[in-house]
Amino acid sequence: MTPGRWSRHDILDVDDWSREEFEMVLSTTEAMREVLDRPIKRTPVLRGKTVVLFFAEASTRTRVSFELAAKALSADVVNITSSGSSVEKGESLLDSVRTLQALGGDVIVLRHGSSGAPYFVADRVEASVVNAGDGWHAHPSQALLDAFTLRARLGTLSNKTVAIVGDVLHSRVARSNVHALRALGAEVVLCGPPTLLPAAWRCGHAPAGVRVETDLGRALEGVDAVMALRLQKERMSAGLLPSTREYARVWGITEARLAVTKPGAPVLHPGPLNEGVEIAAAVARGPRAVIEEQVTNGVAVRMALLYLLAGTEVPD
Amino acid sequence: MAKLLLTEDEIRRALTRIAHEVLERNGGTEGIALVGIKNRGDILAARVRAKVGEIEKASVPLGSLDITLYRDDLTRIGYAPEVRRTELPFSVDDQVIVLVDDVLFTGRTIRAAMDALVDFGRPRAIQLAVLVDRGHRELPIRADYVGKNVPTSLDEDVRVRLQELDGEDSVVLARKGEQAA
Repeated sequence: MTPGRWSRHDILDVDDWSREEFEMVLSTTEAMREVLDRPIKRTPVLRGKTVVLFFAEASTRTRVSFELAAKALSADVVNITSSGSSVEKGESLLDSVRTLQALGGDVIVLRHGSSGAPYFVADRVEASVVNAGDGWHAHPSQALLDAFTLRARLGTLSNKTVAIVGDVLHSRVARSNVHALRALGAEVVLCGPPTLLPAAWRCGHAPAGVRVETDLGRALEGVDAVMALRLQKERMSAGLLPSTREYARVWGITEARLAVTKPGAPVLHPGPLNEGVEIAAAVARGPRAVIEEQVTNGVAVRMALLYLLAGTEVPD
Repeated sequence: MAKLLLTEDEIRRALTRIAHEVLERNGGTEGIALVGIKNRGDILAARVRAKVGEIEKASVPLGSLDITLYRDDLTRIGYAPEVRRTELPFSVDDQVIVLVDDVLFTGRTIRAAMDALVDFGRPRAIQLAVLVDRGHRELPIRADYVGKNVPTSLDEDVRVRLQELDGEDSVVLARKGEQAA
């Protein structure tokens, strides 16, 4: 890419991003953050552009965040959710995509339950595609907002250690965060029940800079920040966990367990929270929690992504 | 052949004169604020503010605007230019805002800056100070304070170099694409 210029047409995963690309998104986010502090939170930069929010899997906060981001840049927003749309009537993803293509959106933000769905769509439309979460695979905007929030708190991510605790195996948030944090110079400690950690990583084949621990005390020892992942209830029925109570007792983030981190280490959570399960209410509402900052920063990060993508379109 | 339009001393004198003119026209520092347009106007605004401080022994609010999100040519240039943070640490309501930029050319940057400013409130008035006015306006915009008027042709560039960014103070007129001497 030309230095200082964004050159990606789609945002599908962050696993192949250069450090420069992360830095560009984070510095653009910094500028967008200021727009959100204004009395009128709106700039005209994407006037006349259409952003299609296609959410084939349940989501409130990510969808609303993208919607606010698009509106703050004056783009038109079209919402498609699976319930109440033709998806429910049995329309295939391919047919949905053909329709989207014909409708002529400039950016398609896609949330889908199947890993890889955004790649399928990106291959078949002219619009830029942003992955807003696909199956177990990736959630780029979440990783970027987490990185932005952490850097705002810690000053830098170089040589910092971040513990990610919970259901790492099924978590696209964890996967994307590992790539983002590593690219920005941080070390990552992954912690959770052995059944909810990727088997290869648990057995000594973790990527460079990533350590896997099944003991929470060892995982949190001396870390600069802690990220709790949401425990999805359906994992219980799959036999991966005995009970939420046991999970909370062994891997739940409580004030007492945080005593071994660096003093005041911030605590992140991608939401929605199961208070008293993966995170104690006292922690979630306590001074270390940056969960609300994550929400605000999320809008700014998505503004940055939409701006960078819409600007890359070259007219004839 | 690149031509030197303003030397370091001439830039300093021009900014001193602009500072005096701003004070004279507005009857002192009461109710005025300086807002520089990034990436060089903000440096010039800070210098004018320092001069105003020396002359009047008073401090005026200083801000900086990034106008990228208000440009009218984004779909033409084919990439997303870098957006920087706008810093307006005061209310613009009922203030006289003196916009400061290095070069006044088509007027499109100033149009964008005014659009950005009014998103922050309702200034009592907006005035414009520029180091160089090179003509070729495409919009009905004029400067209130001008360091130097320079007749130019469209195949020329006015290059402003400032100590803080470029390691020296100078303004040079050169053919487009020509390397600085």
